[in-house]
Amino acid sequence: MVYKTIAELSQDLANKKISSVELTQQFLDRIERFDKSLNSFITVTADQALAEAKNADAQRAKGEAGPLTGIPFAQKDIFCTQGVKTSCGSKMLDNYISPYDATVVKQFKKAGTVLLGKTNMDEFAMGSSNETSYYGPVKNPWNLETVAGGSSGGSAAAVAAYLTPAATGTDTGGSIRQPASLCGISGLKPTYGRVSRYGMIAYASSLDQGGPMARTAEDIALLMNTMAGFDTNDSTSIDYPVPDYTSTLNDSMKGLRIGLPKEFFGAGLEKGVEEAIQAAIKEYEKLGATIHEISLPHSALSIPAYYVIAPAECSSNLARYDGVRFGHRCKEPKDLEDLYKRSRSEGFGPEVTRRIMIGTYALSAGYYDAYYLKAQKIRGLIREDFSNAFDNVDVIMGPTSPTPAFKIGAKTDDPISMYLSDIYTIAVNLAGLPGMSIPAGFVSDLPVGLQLIGDIFQEPRLLNIAHSYQKVTDWHTRIPKGF
Amino acid sequence: MSLTATDVKKIAHLARLNMSENDVAAYAEQLSKIMQFVEQMNETDTTGIEPIAHSFDISQRMRPDEVTETDQRAAFQAIAPQVEAGLYLVPQVIEG
Repeated sequence: MVYKTIAELSQDLANKKISSVELTQQFLDRIERFDKSLNSFITVTADQALAEAKNADAQRAKGEAGPLTGIPFAQKDIFCTQGVKTSCGSKMLDNYISPYDATVVKQFKKAGTVLLGKTNMDEFAMGSSNETSYYGPVKNPWNLETVAGGSSGGSAAAVAAYLTPAATGTDTGGSIRQPASLCGISGLKPTYGRVSRYGMIAYASSLDQGGPMARTAEDIALLMNTMAGFDTNDSTSIDYPVPDYTSTLNDSMKGLRIGLPKEFFGAGLEKGVEEAIQAAIKEYEKLGATIHEISLPHSALSIPAYYVIAPAECSSNLARYDGVRFGHRCKEPKDLEDLYKRSRSEGFGPEVTRRIMIGTYALSAGYYDAYYLKAQKIRGLIREDFSNAFDNVDVIMGPTSPTPAFKIGAKTDDPISMYLSDIYTIAVNLAGLPGMSIPAGFVSDLPVGLQLIGDIFQEPRLLNIAHSYQKVTDWHTRIPKGF
Repeated sequence: MSLTATDVKKIAHLARLNMSENDVAAYAEQLSKIMQFVEQMNETDTTGIEPIAHSFDISQRMRPDEVTETDQRAAFQAIAPQVEAGLYLVPQVIEG
């Protein structure tokens, strides 16, 4: 039962093959059994989950069930959940019990899903390997010596190990797509403004976007039907009609124009990954798509621009952690400055401190034009690259990550090499576009992800393209050994 | 751009972070490397390019000036490190 998709579980619940309480218990048992080795959850809300499952079963008995009623589910620990610890992977918020629900949490509660717990993540979503978490790294279920990716590493590993059918993630520079790729699951970063950011703890506000992580594109479509939509509580939420994401899943691939950016297939891309991606593209050709070489000439500048913009916004967003209203406070502060400085230094880990420092420097007097303004201009060029590309193609494809999962500890001493692992994902955030990663094979027994990039609000098309591939391949059904 | 120990101390103070002498040296080296890395941007001419702060050209919405939030002071203060009579407490700021 636990190996089924949400679409299948939803049918089984509707046909009374199983109750939500029974299903929830099965997943809680698996978490208990397997998560010691994976570390994918920060908090498991077992009692609350069983109570919610009971409610879901009662709702179904009254004939009021929707497609997600009674489906067990996990939230990345970045989404504020009322009455539940919401740590954002940081010591700073280790004692933070959220007094309110994020809009995304409210949406899933309303849909009747059952919250199994909160998943591990890089501290404040800053990282590409889940190694910056205060709660320790998440292990990749395909090889426990390798990273799960980040920052939504806990969500990716939990889904990959069948500890939950699906989870939320957030993606500022690749944090949904890269861990989805490394753990062999499907993940969608929606168009900026499509999913509410209210109650989603801020890292870099002009880039942060929440989205679903699951095994199949069909499940992601079901989750998007709940997550997407306008929210007056989020000032950058976009008021744009929400389609039924499941209704176009089976549209034809005939005549689909696929763009392959030559910059995504150059130096740095591991050979085995490239072979898997080329094989996936051949599948699309068989389905009737046509292939076009394109260029995104400013791709290489996306990482430098990101590492100005994101730290600048983070230094401003994280100024709120001052030891006064919530979060960690140092012991016996001798004055206000000591309170601020010690509370923050004790509460933040090294990568967060590094990014606050970079951002503070880039925004400090005399440097604004050289760094932040320059980066925003580069951002303009990157957006233009994509907009030119989408004049001629319907979707852009390439690898999600240049390599499969790397060894835990391999990049922790070299921040720049870690930053470069997001080379193919970051530009998408700078341009605000939707992007997906889907399983597309293995190299050295580790999963490889195919990235799909669409024009704004083209999530239905991306899901259709992903689903078409999943109908003719079985990479998304593989189960890691021992799980 | 190479950052000196003095630069690092100044930035740490602006960001209200404590930094030991050991950390200062390590951060000076790491931040210098990162700033050199981001300076690749300078190789691209951006004369006449409009900077964008946001992916889409949208402006902030207006809403009617109505009270929509209820008072939740007690809930918010329940998680504060130190409060008294509805006020957040901090070390003394003004000499008595």
